[in-house]
Amino acid sequence: MTTVVEIENLSKRFVIRKEKSLKERVVNFGRSQKFKEDFWALRDVDVAIEAGTTVGLIGPNGSGKSTLLKMIGGILQPDQGSVRIRGRLAALLELGAGFHPDLTGRENVYLNASILGISREQTDKYFDAIVEFSGIEKFIDTQVKFYSSGMYVRLAFAVAVHVDPDILLVDEVLAVGDEPFQRKCLERIRQFQAEGRTIVLVTHSLEQVAEFCDRAIVLEHGRVIEDGSPRDALRALRADFEETRVAEQERKAAASGVEQPVARFAGISLRSESGQTSEITLSPGEGLHVAMEITSDRLLEGAVIEIGVTTSMGTTLYMTSTTMLDRELGPLKDVTRCAFYLHSLHLGPDEYAVRATLRDGAGTELHHVPVAATFSVSGDGQSLGPVRTPADFVIN
Amino acid sequence: MGRVETLKEMSSVVTDRSAAIASEPLRPAGPRRGFATGTVSSIRDLVAQRELLGMLVRRELKARYKDSAAGFLWSLGRPLAMLLIYYLALGQFLGAARSVVDFAIFIYAGLTAWGFYSEAILAGTGSVVANAGLVKKIYLPREIFPLSAVGSALFNFGVQLVVLVLATIVVGKFPVGDDWVYFPLALAVLVVFATAMSLILSAVNVYLRDVQYLVDIFIMVFFWLSPIVYLWSFVRDALLDTTMSPATQELVMNIYLSNPITLAVIGFQETFWAAGDGVHPETKVPYAHVPDLALRLGIALAVGILLLWVAQRIFTRLQANFAQEL
Repeated sequence: MTTVVEIENLSKRFVIRKEKSLKERVVNFGRSQKFKEDFWALRDVDVAIEAGTTVGLIGPNGSGKSTLLKMIGGILQPDQGSVRIRGRLAALLELGAGFHPDLTGRENVYLNASILGISREQTDKYFDAIVEFSGIEKFIDTQVKFYSSGMYVRLAFAVAVHVDPDILLVDEVLAVGDEPFQRKCLERIRQFQAEGRTIVLVTHSLEQVAEFCDRAIVLEHGRVIEDGSPRDALRALRADFEETRVAEQERKAAASGVEQPVARFAGISLRSESGQTSEITLSPGEGLHVAMEITSDRLLEGAVIEIGVTTSMGTTLYMTSTTMLDRELGPLKDVTRCAFYLHSLHLGPDEYAVRATLRDGAGTELHHVPVAATFSVSGDGQSLGPVRTPADFVIN
Repeated sequence: MGRVETLKEMSSVVTDRSAAIASEPLRPAGPRRGFATGTVSSIRDLVAQRELLGMLVRRELKARYKDSAAGFLWSLGRPLAMLLIYYLALGQFLGAARSVVDFAIFIYAGLTAWGFYSEAILAGTGSVVANAGLVKKIYLPREIFPLSAVGSALFNFGVQLVVLVLATIVVGKFPVGDDWVYFPLALAVLVVFATAMSLILSAVNVYLRDVQYLVDIFIMVFFWLSPIVYLWSFVRDALLDTTMSPATQELVMNIYLSNPITLAVIGFQETFWAAGDGVHPETKVPYAHVPDLALRLGIALAVGILLLWVAQRIFTRLQANFAQEL
């Protein structure tokens, strides 16, 4: 496979200046280091992207995803290292880049197409298709300042999908328009994939990554922390989010100054109906026991336990709680042992995880374990997807 | 069967694409940074984007007078008002018209040249900042922003030029013969300097926004430093009245005349103000001509082209950080 994007040892530094005016600069001349703050948006990034693959860039806000995309697009220049590309590149970092509110839809289509590198001749050829895709035939000769925001992005996207690049950079622009329009957009992305184009996608929608990408790169604080299959990447990212969340919660707890009643899961274990306790593989429709031990420093009334079954990507498939089951947990003190029994799980063949949450009577989270234990489900090769049901086929 | 064929077709598209890509060398993303080596690739990038350049010029022009009934005719409003003001205030009230035959044509020739230069530089200086949205989101050869500002100024200049030519016909003094020599030279000097200045100023303006206000002031100062509403020979006569030594006077005059815009304005007047070939209405002395004007314009043009090259290199160097500074 040919490498189309080669990123070597890439670093990008932003200097945050706290002064801007000439006066401030003159007054602070020589001491200006004090008024600067360095911020590494990217640090030592090494990535090579092969032709024809779809790569998702994911990470929390401010992790450098968009910066990396802009560096690939040549919009930002590296401070260290290099970015080299092959083939025609088109960047969809913003829909309707260069749209002028005073010009009509038609004029803006030509302008925007030209900005995206589509020649006038090609635009003439695609024009009807663009208008049809956008679905705003009636308003094409109206100034775009009179468009609703939905019409605006639809027209912009309609132009954008007619680009003809070898490498397409997409930055969170898929989440526009109503649902039918979104479906159209996603279909178009699939078509791009089928045409052998390379797509680099920045997104916050982890489902999109799981669905479209061959590979995902997780960034955090400008560094690549995971680069591999979407499944591994999503797991790493979810673990990362979880860490941030816990840290934030602790900070909040510390800030509030009130001593929280400390109760937590000391251990959670699974047992299959057939008695397996480690490396559990359930047969279709088999039940599962989720046993747990809770330690509490002092007396805790009205606590609630929630458990859920999630996919390995972290999507919750099933959730229940002691409240929903209409059961009282009773006062917690020292060590409490309890168990949920899920009678039969009709899950498709895959790996799954169990998550568990402990809340006090007011609903405040005391302890949350996103992946308390994992298990897999065996299949009979008759179905795919997380839900399983016996199926037949008949010809009438 | 149709399905199979589409599949085949598709896979051939895929193989063609991957083959085409494999044959290409890896190239750095964004502009080349070499000082001398980058020029050729910069020019090639710009030529590749000439269609977009045309679009941007059209956008500027269309958007500016979009909702007005008179449309682009308004681009004549300001220069005509200025003409009227200077004609009345300077020409009639202060009496400048007494020593300049066809004073209106004389002023309008200078105003047309100056109008283009000032509009190109003012719009050019703000062009990159005004297009911040594009600069931050899409990689384009960023030179097209100042260039499109110059382009739209050039269009307005064209409209004014038509009015100027019509005016010379109305007064019955349409320029003929040798007068036309200076016009292409003067115009080339204007375009080259306007482009070079726009490139440098638009790039610097990104880092230091004070530049646009400074430019405003300099435009005003240089308007009066150029012989637009007065004859260049007035400056020489004023120098003669000073106590400076003849050598100093000569030097000052040469400095005055080495301003390329002054030369271009004089070039325009030589071309369109046919009365300049005649004599002063009162003293009957022929109007003075700048010695070797064509040569001076030629030198200015050569310097301008060199400046344009340097400006482009400075622009390339500065544009690396545009996206993060805006």
